[in-house]
Amino acid sequence: MSVVLDVENLKTYFHTEYGLVKAVDGISFNINQGEIIGLVGESGCGKSVSILSVMQLILTPGEIIEGKITFEGKDLRQFEANGPEMRAIRGSKMTMIFQEPMTSLNPVLTIRRQMTEILELHLDMDRASAGERAVELLRMVGVPDAASRIDDYPHQFSGGMRQRVMIAMAISCNPMIIFADEPTTAVDVTTQAQLLELMKDLVTRLNTALIIVTHNLGVVARYAQRIYVMYAGRIVESGPSEEIFDDPQHPYTIGLLNSVPRLGEKHGTRKLVPIYGVPPNLINMPPTCAFLPRCTYKTAQCEKEPWPALRSAGDNRYLSCYVDVRGKQ
Amino acid sequence: MTAYIIRRLIIGVIILLLVTMVVFLFVRLMPGDPLLVYMASFDINRQTSISQENYENLLHIWGLDRPIPVQYVDWLGGLLQGDLGKSIKLQEDIGILIAERMPRTAYIGFITFVLGTIGGITAGIVCALRRGTWMDNLITTTANIGMTIPVFWFGILLMYLFAYKLGWLPTSGWTNPFDDFWMSCKQLLMPVGSVIIGSIAGMARLTRSCMLEVMRADYVRTAWAKGLSERVIVVRHQIKNAMIPVVTALGGALGMILGGSVFIETVFAIPGMGLLMTNAVFDQDYQIVQAGVLLFGGIIIFSNLVVDILWGWLDPRIRLA
Ligand SMILES: Nc1ncnc2c1ncn2[C@@H]1O[C@H](COP(=O)(O)OP(=O)(O)O)[C@@H](O)[C@H]1O
Ligand SMILES: [Mg+2]
Repeated sequence: MSVVLDVENLKTYFHTEYGLVKAVDGISFNINQGEIIGLVGESGCGKSVSILSVMQLILTPGEIIEGKITFEGKDLRQFEANGPEMRAIRGSKMTMIFQEPMTSLNPVLTIRRQMTEILELHLDMDRASAGERAVELLRMVGVPDAASRIDDYPHQFSGGMRQRVMIAMAISCNPMIIFADEPTTAVDVTTQAQLLELMKDLVTRLNTALIIVTHNLGVVARYAQRIYVMYAGRIVESGPSEEIFDDPQHPYTIGLLNSVPRLGEKHGTRKLVPIYGVPPNLINMPPTCAFLPRCTYKTAQCEKEPWPALRSAGDNRYLSCYVDVRGKQ
Repeated sequence: MTAYIIRRLIIGVIILLLVTMVVFLFVRLMPGDPLLVYMASFDINRQTSISQENYENLLHIWGLDRPIPVQYVDWLGGLLQGDLGKSIKLQEDIGILIAERMPRTAYIGFITFVLGTIGGITAGIVCALRRGTWMDNLITTTANIGMTIPVFWFGILLMYLFAYKLGWLPTSGWTNPFDDFWMSCKQLLMPVGSVIIGSIAGMARLTRSCMLEVMRADYVRTAWAKGLSERVIVVRHQIKNAMIPVVTALGGALGMILGGSVFIETVFAIPGMGLLMTNAVFDQDYQIVQAGVLLFGGIIIFSNLVVDILWGWLDPRIRLA
């Protein structure tokens, strides 16, 4: 398997009037061709900023401070954010599905126009063939009556259907990677499962890598091969999905798992406990572990030493914690 | 859509009726008397005296001795037959007066409206795209000042500077553009200039803030994520969305221009509707004031309807509503 995207030590900060927000503070991750990974963490921990940084879609006052983003062997940071090289990659080789299906489509353009513009731009199609291809794509993602619905406006679609349109747009140029930023957070549970199945299906067929960003660890369990757990701008644990689920080693991951229902678990068999406390403010963070104030496993070492670097913790597993939680749960 | 337009037209007519009723009542309750004004001029010209008998005679001829509601219904009846009434002071059919005066006001208003709208929107878009640069700061500051300048004062200032001090432009007056286009342009420069500054300033500020808001919209981020160039994103994705609130303000802009014409025609001695109405108010020439209010009110209501239709055309979300 070949690595399509390799991100090393990415740092993205926001220069706000209240201070420097270290939204993403030195994260590293990679993804292989056709692989599905999950990027999980509470809201505000920097997931969106991480993937937007990879596509260089960070607006002021944000800035990518540091990091190497290797995509298909090239470091994307050598390219100007909105220069021709980045634009050629965006929307064709690297695509994104956003969280808000209600606002992520342009309200004054038809679905047809919003789809054909991608095909015309990247595949050099003319209007007519782009239109035909767009209808085909809508059929692929399960939009009923695609040939006539394509001339509707976004407000005439339900949230789930709009997200299908976003998925259709994301796969339209056979991308190498799709970033799905909380693609199912805004829809109901049934639709959520349908959309995830659909995405899994499509990326398997197209051999496309998929990064599912979510705050719900339960959502990705079934789909992702590997999981990265993120906290306060850093990756705190990563590894293959089953291992993360069966044997979580970071106190934060344990907390996340205890707070969501697990798949296949009978309702009510286990009491769900939310993680105590709130995520830290990303301005003026202390040098110690950011999870410390909420941690139930903390030791004297945690209070003294700086936030531990990610270390290997078994085959393909990485962990940033001083404590050995095994046997303490 | 047709049902919507019809409903709006009916509401428009009702509003016009209410407005004319109020104006009808107020011009009659104001102190002063149009007949006395008329007779005074009559008196000077013909050297006859104002007798009580004469006065009552005139009062009866003009129908002003009847109760106000009766006068109003009578006026409406005439209106339905296309009769706008007759000016007491000028002894002329108001239809003819308007036909003579309105094209001038419309000509100036049209130029101001078109140039003001295009100029304001362009300036706003440029500011938004170049936000934070010296050009943005310059235009925004100028617009902030321009918003607050009174038309009347600015007109006199221009006149003092360009006509009196520099002598570049004629002080005032009106020339038919078909007779002498160059002269007409020179005469219009200051009147148009003094009204247009407010239009451009208002439009520029609104356009700028709408563009800035749209730039941060989720669908614009989606457009960037598609790999589109900035030019395509601005033209295809931003402008149409940003124009939705701007278009709704066009009706108000037109109202400002019509209101401004009242001042500007007085300052620059342009014999248009504005000057006619100003004089009519001083002369208590009821009929002209009523007809003028009806005309301006009608234009504003109609243009607001056009704006709403345009709005529906821009924004598909309200098209079906
Ligand atoms: N435009 C911005 N200006 C200032 N701070 C921002 C901006 N966008 C994001 N942030 C900060 O970055 C952090 C991470 O945000 P985000 O990546 O959106 O979180 P999430 O994990 O929920 O996707 C947040 O704490 C937020 O305060
Ligand atoms: Mg997010």
